[in-house]
Amino acid sequence: MNIGWYLAVSTIIFAIGAAGVLTKRNALVILLCLELMLNAANLALVAFSRMWGNGDGQIFAIIVMVVAACEVTVGLGLIVAIHRRGLVVDADELSELRG
Amino acid sequence: MTPLIFFIASIGAIAGAVGVIALRNPFYGVLSLVGHLLCLAALFLLLHAEFLAAAQVIVYAGGVMVLYVFVVAYVGGSGESLGASHGWLRILTPVFVGVLLLELMVATLGSGLKAIGTEGADIQASFGSPAEIGELLLTRFLFPFEVASLLLLVAAIGAVGLARRRSGFTVGDAPLDAAARSVSPPKGSGTMAEAAGDRPVFGGKVGDQ
Repeated sequence: MNIGWYLAVSTIIFAIGAAGVLTKRNALVILLCLELMLNAANLALVAFSRMWGNGDGQIFAIIVMVVAACEVTVGLGLIVAIHRRGLVVDADELSELRG
Repeated sequence: MTPLIFFIASIGAIAGAVGVIALRNPFYGVLSLVGHLLCLAALFLLLHAEFLAAAQVIVYAGGVMVLYVFVVAYVGGSGESLGASHGWLRILTPVFVGVLLLELMVATLGSGLKAIGTEGADIQASFGSPAEIGELLLTRFLFPFEVASLLLLVAAIGAVGLARRRSGFTVGDAPLDAAARSVSPPKGSGTMAEAAGDRPVFGGKVGDQ
Protein backbone atom coordinates (compact mmCIF):
# COMPACT_ATOMS: atom_id res chain seq x y z
CA MET A 1 0.00 0.00 0.00
CA ASN A 2 1.16 3.53 -0.69
CA ILE A 3 2.27 5.62 2.25
CA GLY A 4 -0.38 8.22 1.39
CA TRP A 5 -3.15 5.85 2.44
CA TYR A 6 -1.71 5.50 5.93
CA LEU A 7 -1.39 9.26 6.22
CA ALA A 8 -5.02 9.69 5.17
CA VAL A 9 -6.19 7.22 7.84
CA SER A 10 -4.05 9.00 10.42
CA THR A 11 -5.55 12.36 9.43
CA ILE A 12 -9.12 11.06 9.76
CA ILE A 13 -8.43 9.56 13.19
CA PHE A 14 -6.83 12.82 14.35
CA ALA A 15 -9.86 14.83 13.22
CA ILE A 16 -12.23 12.44 15.02
CA GLY A 17 -10.17 12.78 18.20
CA ALA A 18 -10.16 16.58 17.91
CA ALA A 19 -13.96 16.57 17.49
CA GLY A 20 -14.28 14.47 20.64
CA VAL A 21 -12.02 16.75 22.70
CA LEU A 22 -14.06 19.77 21.62
CA THR A 23 -17.56 18.40 22.17
CA LYS A 24 -17.29 16.01 25.11
CA ARG A 25 -17.89 17.13 28.67
CA ASN A 26 -16.91 14.03 30.60
CA ALA A 27 -13.22 14.39 31.51
CA LEU A 28 -12.68 10.64 31.08
CA VAL A 29 -13.94 10.72 27.49
CA ILE A 30 -11.80 13.78 26.79
CA LEU A 31 -8.77 11.75 27.89
CA LEU A 32 -9.85 8.90 25.60
CA CYS A 33 -10.09 11.31 22.67
CA LEU A 34 -6.61 12.64 23.49
CA GLU A 35 -5.40 9.06 23.17
CA LEU A 36 -6.98 8.94 19.72
CA MET A 37 -5.08 12.05 18.64
CA LEU A 38 -1.77 10.73 19.99
CA ASN A 39 -2.30 7.43 18.22
CA ALA A 40 -3.07 9.18 14.95
CA ALA A 41 0.22 11.05 15.28
CA ASN A 42 1.96 7.75 16.02
CA LEU A 43 0.57 6.21 12.84
CA ALA A 44 1.82 9.16 10.80
CA LEU A 45 5.27 8.88 12.42
CA VAL A 46 5.52 5.17 11.67
CA ALA A 47 4.32 5.74 8.09
CA PHE A 48 7.02 8.38 7.55
CA SER A 49 9.57 6.07 9.15
CA ARG A 50 8.63 3.41 6.60
CA MET A 51 8.72 5.98 3.83
CA TRP A 52 12.36 6.88 4.50
CA GLY A 53 13.37 3.38 5.49
CA ASN A 54 14.75 4.84 8.71
CA GLY A 55 14.04 3.72 12.27
CA ASP A 56 14.06 7.20 13.81
CA GLY A 57 10.32 7.68 13.37
CA GLN A 58 9.62 4.51 15.30
CA ILE A 59 11.77 5.72 18.21
CA PHE A 60 9.75 8.95 18.14
CA ALA A 61 6.55 6.90 18.27
CA ILE A 62 7.83 4.94 21.27
CA ILE A 63 8.63 8.17 23.11
CA VAL A 64 5.13 9.43 22.27
CA MET A 65 3.73 6.25 23.81
CA VAL A 66 5.74 6.89 26.99
CA VAL A 67 4.44 10.46 27.19
CA ALA A 68 0.90 9.20 26.59
CA ALA A 69 1.23 6.70 29.41
CA CYS A 70 2.43 9.50 31.75
CA GLU A 71 -0.43 11.73 30.66
CA VAL A 72 -2.92 8.94 31.34
CA THR A 73 -1.60 8.22 34.84
CA VAL A 74 -1.62 11.88 35.86
CA GLY A 75 -4.98 12.56 34.17
CA LEU A 76 -6.67 9.57 35.76
CA GLY A 77 -5.11 10.49 39.11
CA LEU A 78 -6.65 13.93 38.79
CA ILE A 79 -10.05 12.43 37.91
CA VAL A 80 -9.90 10.11 40.92
CA ALA A 81 -8.93 13.06 43.16
CA ILE A 82 -11.82 15.14 41.76
CA HIS A 83 -14.22 12.26 42.33
CA ARG A 84 -12.98 11.82 45.92
CA ARG A 85 -13.89 15.41 46.69
CA GLY A 86 -17.47 14.71 45.69
CA LEU A 87 -17.36 16.77 42.52
CA VAL A 88 -18.79 15.71 39.17
CA VAL A 89 -16.17 14.82 36.57
CA ASP A 90 -17.54 17.33 34.09
CA ALA A 91 -15.28 19.73 32.22
CA ASP A 92 -17.98 22.41 32.16
CA GLU A 93 -18.77 22.22 35.87
CA LEU A 94 -15.15 22.44 37.00
CA SER A 95 -14.69 26.10 36.24
CA GLU A 96 -13.37 27.56 39.48
CA LEU A 97 -10.18 28.65 37.77
CA ARG A 98 -12.17 30.58 35.14
CA GLY A 99 -10.22 28.84 32.41
CA MET B 1 -3.33 -9.58 0.45
CA THR B 2 -1.77 -6.42 1.88
CA PRO B 3 -4.52 -4.09 0.60
CA LEU B 4 -7.19 -6.34 2.10
CA ILE B 5 -5.54 -6.34 5.53
CA PHE B 6 -4.93 -2.60 5.25
CA PHE B 7 -8.56 -1.79 4.49
CA ILE B 8 -9.94 -4.10 7.17
CA ALA B 9 -7.55 -2.67 9.78
CA SER B 10 -8.07 0.95 8.81
CA ILE B 11 -11.86 0.62 8.71
CA GLY B 12 -11.65 -1.03 12.14
CA ALA B 13 -9.43 1.76 13.46
CA ILE B 14 -11.73 4.51 12.16
CA ALA B 15 -14.83 2.68 13.43
CA GLY B 16 -13.21 2.34 16.84
CA ALA B 17 -12.40 6.04 16.87
CA VAL B 18 -15.98 6.93 15.93
CA GLY B 19 -17.20 4.57 18.65
CA VAL B 20 -15.17 6.43 21.29
CA ILE B 21 -16.96 9.70 20.60
CA ALA B 22 -20.36 8.25 19.63
CA LEU B 23 -20.99 5.89 22.55
CA ARG B 24 -22.54 7.56 25.58
CA ASN B 25 -21.29 5.08 28.16
CA PRO B 26 -17.57 5.69 28.85
CA PHE B 27 -17.09 1.99 29.51
CA TYR B 28 -18.10 1.10 25.97
CA GLY B 29 -15.92 3.97 24.80
CA VAL B 30 -12.91 2.33 26.46
CA LEU B 31 -13.74 -1.02 24.85
CA SER B 32 -14.05 0.71 21.48
CA LEU B 33 -10.64 2.29 22.01
CA VAL B 34 -9.17 -1.16 22.68
CA GLY B 35 -10.47 -2.32 19.31
CA HIS B 36 -9.06 0.81 17.71
CA LEU B 37 -5.64 0.16 19.24
CA LEU B 38 -5.59 -3.45 18.06
CA CYS B 39 -6.42 -2.38 14.49
CA LEU B 40 -3.70 0.25 14.71
CA ALA B 41 -1.23 -2.46 15.77
CA ALA B 42 -2.16 -4.36 12.59
CA LEU B 43 -1.40 -1.21 10.57
CA PHE B 44 1.97 -0.95 12.35
CA LEU B 45 2.71 -4.53 11.33
CA LEU B 46 1.96 -3.67 7.71
CA LEU B 47 4.46 -0.80 8.03
CA HIS B 48 7.18 -3.22 9.26
CA ALA B 49 7.13 -1.82 12.80
CA GLU B 50 6.97 -5.17 14.57
CA PHE B 51 8.34 -4.07 17.91
CA LEU B 52 6.04 -1.06 17.99
CA ALA B 53 3.02 -3.23 17.17
CA ALA B 54 3.87 -5.58 20.04
CA ALA B 55 4.41 -2.65 22.41
CA GLN B 56 1.12 -1.14 21.27
CA VAL B 57 -0.80 -4.33 22.10
CA ILE B 58 0.96 -5.07 25.39
CA VAL B 59 1.45 -1.57 26.84
CA TYR B 60 -1.50 0.29 25.39
CA ALA B 61 -4.29 -2.20 24.77
CA GLY B 62 -3.13 -4.19 27.78
CA GLY B 63 -1.82 -1.88 30.49
CA VAL B 64 -3.17 1.60 29.89
CA MET B 65 -6.66 0.40 29.03
CA VAL B 66 -6.87 -1.67 32.22
CA LEU B 67 -6.13 1.57 34.09
CA TYR B 68 -8.98 3.25 32.22
CA VAL B 69 -11.39 0.40 32.95
CA PHE B 70 -10.57 0.60 36.67
CA VAL B 71 -11.13 4.35 36.81
CA VAL B 72 -14.38 4.11 34.82
CA ALA B 73 -15.56 1.43 37.23
CA TYR B 74 -14.55 3.62 40.21
CA VAL B 75 -15.90 6.95 39.03
CA GLY B 76 -18.98 5.33 37.57
CA GLY B 77 -19.63 5.02 33.88
CA SER B 78 -22.75 7.14 33.96
CA GLY B 79 -23.93 8.59 30.71
CA GLU B 80 -22.77 12.15 30.44
CA SER B 81 -25.22 14.96 30.71
CA LEU B 82 -25.51 16.55 27.32
CA GLY B 83 -25.93 20.23 27.90
CA ALA B 84 -27.41 22.55 25.33
CA SER B 85 -25.66 25.43 27.06
CA HIS B 86 -22.93 25.52 24.44
CA GLY B 87 -25.07 25.51 21.35
CA TRP B 88 -22.60 27.59 19.43
CA LEU B 89 -19.88 25.01 20.16
CA ARG B 90 -22.02 22.26 18.65
CA ILE B 91 -22.36 24.25 15.43
CA LEU B 92 -18.77 25.42 15.36
CA THR B 93 -17.17 22.03 16.04
CA PRO B 94 -18.08 20.30 12.73
CA VAL B 95 -16.86 23.37 10.85
CA PHE B 96 -13.59 23.45 12.77
CA VAL B 97 -13.04 19.70 12.42
CA GLY B 98 -13.81 19.84 8.70
CA VAL B 99 -11.29 22.62 8.20
CA LEU B 100 -8.75 20.72 10.31
CA LEU B 101 -9.27 17.55 8.25
CA LEU B 102 -8.88 19.45 4.99
CA GLU B 103 -5.78 21.25 6.20
CA LEU B 104 -4.11 18.08 7.45
CA MET B 105 -4.93 16.27 4.19
CA VAL B 106 -3.35 19.11 2.24
CA ALA B 107 -0.38 19.23 4.58
CA THR B 108 0.38 15.51 4.35
CA LEU B 109 -0.89 14.30 0.97
CA GLY B 110 -0.25 17.56 -0.85
CA SER B 111 3.22 18.05 0.58
CA GLY B 112 4.84 17.18 -2.75
CA LEU B 113 6.98 14.43 -1.24
CA LYS B 114 7.55 12.01 -4.11
CA ALA B 115 7.83 9.02 -1.80
CA ILE B 116 4.21 9.40 -0.58
CA GLY B 117 2.97 7.71 -3.73
CA THR B 118 5.30 4.75 -3.26
CA GLU B 119 5.42 1.83 -0.89
CA GLY B 120 8.41 3.35 0.89
CA ALA B 121 12.14 2.97 0.62
CA ASP B 122 13.85 -0.38 0.28
CA ILE B 123 14.42 -1.82 3.73
CA GLN B 124 16.32 -4.70 5.22
CA ALA B 125 14.59 -7.59 6.91
CA SER B 126 15.74 -6.31 10.31
CA PHE B 127 13.85 -3.01 9.92
CA GLY B 128 11.68 -2.35 12.97
CA SER B 129 12.84 -5.48 14.78
CA PRO B 130 13.46 -5.32 18.54
CA ALA B 131 17.21 -5.61 17.92
CA GLU B 132 17.33 -2.55 15.71
CA ILE B 133 15.02 -0.49 17.93
CA GLY B 134 17.05 -1.43 20.98
CA GLU B 135 20.29 -0.51 19.30
CA LEU B 136 18.92 2.87 18.25
CA LEU B 137 17.54 3.53 21.75
CA LEU B 138 20.84 2.73 23.45
CA THR B 139 23.14 4.52 21.02
CA ARG B 140 21.73 7.40 19.06
CA PHE B 141 18.69 8.11 21.22
CA LEU B 142 20.16 7.36 24.64
CA PHE B 143 19.30 10.79 26.04
CA PRO B 144 15.58 10.69 25.08
CA PHE B 145 15.47 7.16 26.47
CA GLU B 146 16.80 8.29 29.86
CA VAL B 147 14.54 11.34 29.90
CA ALA B 148 11.57 9.07 29.18
CA SER B 149 12.44 6.88 32.16
CA LEU B 150 12.69 9.96 34.39
CA LEU B 151 9.33 11.18 33.04
CA LEU B 152 7.69 7.84 33.86
CA LEU B 153 9.08 7.99 37.41
CA VAL B 154 7.80 11.54 37.93
CA ALA B 155 4.38 10.62 36.52
CA ALA B 156 4.11 7.57 38.76
CA ILE B 157 4.99 9.60 41.88
CA GLY B 158 2.61 12.37 40.79
CA ALA B 159 -0.27 9.98 40.24
CA VAL B 160 0.26 8.40 43.68
CA GLY B 161 0.36 11.86 45.24
CA LEU B 162 -2.79 12.97 43.45
CA ALA B 163 -4.93 9.92 44.11
CA ARG B 164 -3.66 9.36 47.67
CA ARG B 165 -6.25 9.41 50.41
CA ARG B 166 -5.60 12.49 52.52
CA SER B 167 -4.91 11.83 56.18
CA GLY B 168 -7.69 14.18 57.25
CA PHE B 169 -10.28 12.47 55.08
CA THR B 170 -13.27 11.32 57.12
CA VAL B 171 -16.68 9.75 56.62
CA GLY B 172 -19.14 11.63 58.79
CA ASP B 173 -17.25 12.32 62.02
CA ALA B 174 -15.32 9.10 62.42
CA PRO B 175 -12.02 8.74 60.61
CA LEU B 176 -12.36 6.61 57.52
CA ASP B 177 -9.97 4.00 58.85
CA ALA B 178 -12.07 3.30 61.91
CA ALA B 179 -15.25 3.33 59.81
CA ALA B 180 -13.76 0.77 57.49
CA ARG B 181 -12.75 -1.44 60.40
CA SER B 182 -16.17 -1.39 62.01
CA VAL B 183 -17.83 -2.81 58.91
CA SER B 184 -17.89 -6.59 58.98
CA PRO B 185 -17.42 -8.41 55.69
CA PRO B 186 -20.65 -9.13 53.80
CA LYS B 187 -22.37 -12.39 54.48
CA GLY B 188 -21.55 -15.30 52.25
CA SER B 189 -18.29 -13.77 51.10
CA GLY B 190 -16.37 -16.94 51.79
CA THR B 191 -14.29 -16.00 54.81
CA MET B 192 -12.61 -18.62 56.93
CA ALA B 193 -14.78 -17.68 59.88
CA GLU B 194 -17.86 -18.55 57.85
CA ALA B 195 -16.40 -21.88 56.91
CA ALA B 196 -15.72 -22.58 60.57
CA GLY B 197 -19.40 -21.94 61.28
CA ASP B 198 -19.24 -19.25 63.96
CA ARG B 199 -20.83 -16.62 61.75
CA PRO B 200 -24.30 -16.51 60.18
CA VAL B 201 -24.27 -17.68 56.58
CA PHE B 202 -26.83 -16.26 54.11
CA GLY B 203 -28.87 -14.76 56.89
CA GLY B 204 -29.16 -17.86 59.06
CA LYS B 205 -27.01 -19.95 61.36
CA VAL B 206 -25.15 -22.87 59.91
CA GLY B 207 -26.72 -25.13 62.46
CA ASP B 208 -30.25 -24.21 61.33
CA GLN B 209 -30.34 -26.69 58.50
